[in-house]
Amino acid sequence: MAEQTYTDQEFKVIGTRPRRPDGVDKVTGRARYGADAFAPGQLVARVLRSPHAHATIKKIDTSKAEKMKGVKAVITSADLPDLTEGNRGNFDILENCMARGRALYHGHAVAAVAAIDEPTARKALKAIKVEYKVLPHVTDVDAAMADDAPIVQPHVQQDGKPSNIANVSQFGHGDVDGGFAEADVVIEKSYKTEQTHQGYIEPHACLASVGPDGQGELWVTTQGHFTFRTVCAQLLGMDIAKLKVTSSEIGGGFGGKTHVWMEPLALALSRKANRPVKLVMGRDEVFMGSGPTCSTSMDVKIGAKKDGTITAAEATLRYQDGPYPGPWGMLGAMTSFACYDLPNVKTVAYDVLVNRPKVAAYRAPSAPMAAFGVESTMDLVAEAIGMDPVDFRIQNAAKEGTRASYGPTYGPIGIGPTLDAVKNHPHMQAKLGPNQGRGMACGFWFNFGGQTCTDLNIGTDGTVNLTVGTVDVGGARASMSLIAAEELGISYDKVKCNIGDTASLGHNDTTEGSRGTFSSGMATIFAARAAVDVLKQRAALMWEIDVDDIEWKDGAAHAQGVAHSNLAPLTLEEIAKKSPQTGGPIAGHNEVVADGAGVSFASHICDVEVDPETGSTRVLRYTVVQDAGKAIHPAYVEGQFQGAAAQGIGWALNEEYVYGEDGRLQNPSFLDYRIPVCSDLPFIDTEILEIPNPNHPYGIRGVGETSIVPPLAAISNAVSNAVGVRLDHIPMSPPRVLKAIKDGNGA
Amino acid sequence: MSGVQVSTTINGDVEEFVCHPGETLLDVLRNRLGLIGAKEGCGTGDCGACSVTVDGELVCSCLVLGAEVEGRKVTTVEGLADGNKLHPLQEQFLDNAALQCGICTPGFLVAAKALLDRNPDPTEEEIRYALAGNLCRCTGYDKIVRAVDAAAKDLRAEAKKAAKKKAAKKAKKA
Amino acid sequence: MRYEAPTSSKEAAKLLAGTKGKAVVLAGGTDLLVRMKMGHVEPDLIVDIKRIEATQAIKKTASGFKIGAGVPGATMGRNSALKKAWPGVVEAAELIGSDQIQGRCTIAGNLCNASPAADSVPAMVAAGAKAAVVGPNGRRTVAVEKIPTGPGKTSLKKGEMIESISLPKKAPRSGDAYLRFIPRTEMDIAVVSAGVNLTLDNKGVVKMARVALGAIAPTVVLVEDAAKAIVGSKLDEEALSALAAACEAACKPIDDMRGTIEFRTEVAGVLGRRAAKLAYERAGGKS
Repeated sequence: MAEQTYTDQEFKVIGTRPRRPDGVDKVTGRARYGADAFAPGQLVARVLRSPHAHATIKKIDTSKAEKMKGVKAVITSADLPDLTEGNRGNFDILENCMARGRALYHGHAVAAVAAIDEPTARKALKAIKVEYKVLPHVTDVDAAMADDAPIVQPHVQQDGKPSNIANVSQFGHGDVDGGFAEADVVIEKSYKTEQTHQGYIEPHACLASVGPDGQGELWVTTQGHFTFRTVCAQLLGMDIAKLKVTSSEIGGGFGGKTHVWMEPLALALSRKANRPVKLVMGRDEVFMGSGPTCSTSMDVKIGAKKDGTITAAEATLRYQDGPYPGPWGMLGAMTSFACYDLPNVKTVAYDVLVNRPKVAAYRAPSAPMAAFGVESTMDLVAEAIGMDPVDFRIQNAAKEGTRASYGPTYGPIGIGPTLDAVKNHPHMQAKLGPNQGRGMACGFWFNFGGQTCTDLNIGTDGTVNLTVGTVDVGGARASMSLIAAEELGISYDKVKCNIGDTASLGHNDTTEGSRGTFSSGMATIFAARAAVDVLKQRAALMWEIDVDDIEWKDGAAHAQGVAHSNLAPLTLEEIAKKSPQTGGPIAGHNEVVADGAGVSFASHICDVEVDPETGSTRVLRYTVVQDAGKAIHPAYVEGQFQGAAAQGIGWALNEEYVYGEDGRLQNPSFLDYRIPVCSDLPFIDTEILEIPNPNHPYGIRGVGETSIVPPLAAISNAVSNAVGVRLDHIPMSPPRVLKAIKDGNGA
Repeated sequence: MSGVQVSTTINGDVEEFVCHPGETLLDVLRNRLGLIGAKEGCGTGDCGACSVTVDGELVCSCLVLGAEVEGRKVTTVEGLADGNKLHPLQEQFLDNAALQCGICTPGFLVAAKALLDRNPDPTEEEIRYALAGNLCRCTGYDKIVRAVDAAAKDLRAEAKKAAKKKAAKKAKKA
Repeated sequence: MRYEAPTSSKEAAKLLAGTKGKAVVLAGGTDLLVRMKMGHVEPDLIVDIKRIEATQAIKKTASGFKIGAGVPGATMGRNSALKKAWPGVVEAAELIGSDQIQGRCTIAGNLCNASPAADSVPAMVAAGAKAAVVGPNGRRTVAVEKIPTGPGKTSLKKGEMIESISLPKKAPRSGDAYLRFIPRTEMDIAVVSAGVNLTLDNKGVVKMARVALGAIAPTVVLVEDAAKAIVGSKLDEEALSALAAACEAACKPIDDMRGTIEFRTEVAGVLGRRAAKLAYERAGGKS
């Protein structure tokens, strides 16, 4: 029999839908999230935040607060290490946690207190007097690029002059001007998208404890406890090994819990008070003081021949990063045209600094905005050449061997198959009524692998403890258990998957880039294979035969060859039971840089109805088609598709940060930052495609992010078709849609 | 600030506690009674993660004072299962993968139970509107709505079975 | 800070009047506790009025309905007689927040919170509701539109509280309706809203109408011109257009995160028209 490849494997438990192992805890209220830890003698911390968008902090007087009964510690930037002369990246992270000399956005932390209870901590905050000198501010991305804009970071320069443009990134190939000259139709259009927040329901929360001996513990809701450990230790001058970070159950992250926001403050307060300190953000603080995604402004230009061939494509993207430079514009430039096979393509992106919160990753960060511009323009070009928008995309879709617009050459990919699935989907045949419209759009995300470390320990009863270092953001324990069970040949319920703390495993990169199942899955497979090697050796000892004569199959050692035909297979359980006598514990371990995360594509279809008198949009039908490589637990794969689509729908229709003239955030609450509620959405239909990733033993691709990319454009295309005018500003809130209808063109 | 002494019933057990006059029921449950199932997602009644019932009425425990529950009956997610038997809603949430991160799950379960207690056969639209006060950011609500619908079916079947049993018993007696 | 739960309105008024610092009434608490959480109000005394019997019931009286100030929206929604008589008022009350909020929120609280966007208020104003106010100097009855005087401000004096809200007896051939615009399907504050209450003669001609708009001015506005526009009509297109125009003319809204002046003004006309049509149908009119 030829060696199995990733394409023709037969799985026993992979692809089934068992209950998640952490399920009972989560439906009975026992699961412990960030705010659910309590330590003896713990203090309650609160953070004082800047009421100004941009100001010099002239003086902070904490003396009154410090003298209050029940107040155990007060800190300002003066109590934190001064990293001015050090690494700029670390300086920025710490300065974002606690302003140093200047407040850079409304909500920027300026001081923090730890007190015996919440009312005392609140009172102490009121007793802190901060003297500000208010500076001119800028919150709009285009305004920040103007010559006379207030400068956010004087050290950031372009052409030797202070500038709010932090980075300029460029990608592409071919001759764009030549390509446009060949086109029969060239469409060029500008778009805007407003700032949105990940909107996880669990606020940032931690419990920190640091002793005078420099040892500490941090219980925290995070996507990356190992990264948090490294960053917090570096910022506070602690030894990495002496800080143990435990990732609590995480109540949603979507990228927003990949960065530290107030955890270093909790550690510093604990160090100063020499008591455990609990710090939980209020919802308003989450909106003001954590990291939303960029608002953007962009110009997209696509040229095509009448036969549907795209001859050239170009995009200029302006991404707002908050006050600190990030990779966000670059990611927009890389992803914008990644779905298509283009001979001539160019993307230029600007990362622009403004007086808003530091931008953080948000699910396929930067891709949805660029896709909105590109996929809207794709529809306009299709219309101009009289072609069906799906056929137009199919004709130009990237395929194996295509040189991606951002550089690499694709292996086997799923954009073509998702488009074919859309074309043949029953959704496309559903009848539309008056004021209704249909739209579709495509999306791309890279996916990521990264450093991973996994442990697998087999108990003497044959049950398996699997310890992984990526966090369980939505069913990962179930997927990891399925993988371990598959590889060992045992049943799913014999595996118990744990999320290890930083003291129990080697470094694991943050759970981002849809890497959890891909990379911890890979490390689990390798750890299980290492354990199988040990199991085979133990069986060899028990049988007293050569280990090379043993094959592992269906959860048991099988002796090969006629000489051993008298030996009945030894099951994992039987070998485990004897392990104390055959060499001790049986374990498998793996550390790996999980390379080769397969790129992922999705195509979405959406039907909407728009009330022409109010501009209100209702989503009637929604279908997601996405390539998963291999779906380990299909129910949780569907869940990722649906959740990503729902976030995209919210972004498309109603979610936005609203800033006043004063530079203050107007809507830091779930009341006025409007994420979709249950009655806003229809069932979200899903179709999982499996085009295996050749770089993974099971063919896995990350699935978590891609489906937030198409909705902005899919809904915009649907709304535009429903009302007969092109929408070019996200979110398509009722006032914008009504205005567009009245004006007869884009809002 | 003087404490208020409160005597109440929580999940069938008598509980006594002293709280600040302005302290919410949510803080009392979590910080004084160790019932961490109710979560604070917003503290302003906009997310439903802290849902409990007070005298059978669904409320956000962040918008109720601890002092107000004197003599009332409070039920939290911890009171949903019957001993070691999970409530059909809990079973269906597990079978339908209706939770991802799980932070909103306790609130959804309490709200869904309140819905099914007064409307055992809700339409999809009724489920969606009844759960509109519970925000979920992970699932797009799809599998939650399906789980509630499935649990409603289970509960109706249970009720039918119980009614049959009761009728049979009555017939036997007669 | 103190918490008191008196058992009579008189006692409550005495507590409210006798406190040196800030005293607040706690009915459903769905606004008060939010304001306390945000640090917008730090009361010295919280007077919970839900242990007062008179605040706890919906009573059908000879002159209509009396709704206790502690009665939550959910309870109003379960009262079929009330719902039948004043569907607009009940629907408006039921639109306040989620089911969780419904378990607590009261129309008296909604009124006293004095938000121009309060859902139940335009419907109450259109219905001609009256508030029974109890204070240190006794009782008085006030038309609900006289209670809020501006955003967050009321005409209630120190020590005064609302004990109940009365709705008149439903006239034959009358109907009421309340509609609001929100960006989502639930959980939002009204961007614009309209309550309409009208009575027809036996030929189906509107003989009395009250039209109230929310979120388009510092307080809910009773738009007399809008009522005049439809009185004497069978709600034909001409009358409806005149009503919409009157609604738009009455708008003095603000631009804020929830909506623009332009949007609010235009949608006020749309909602006024739609609510009038619904009330007309409920009154038995055929358009």
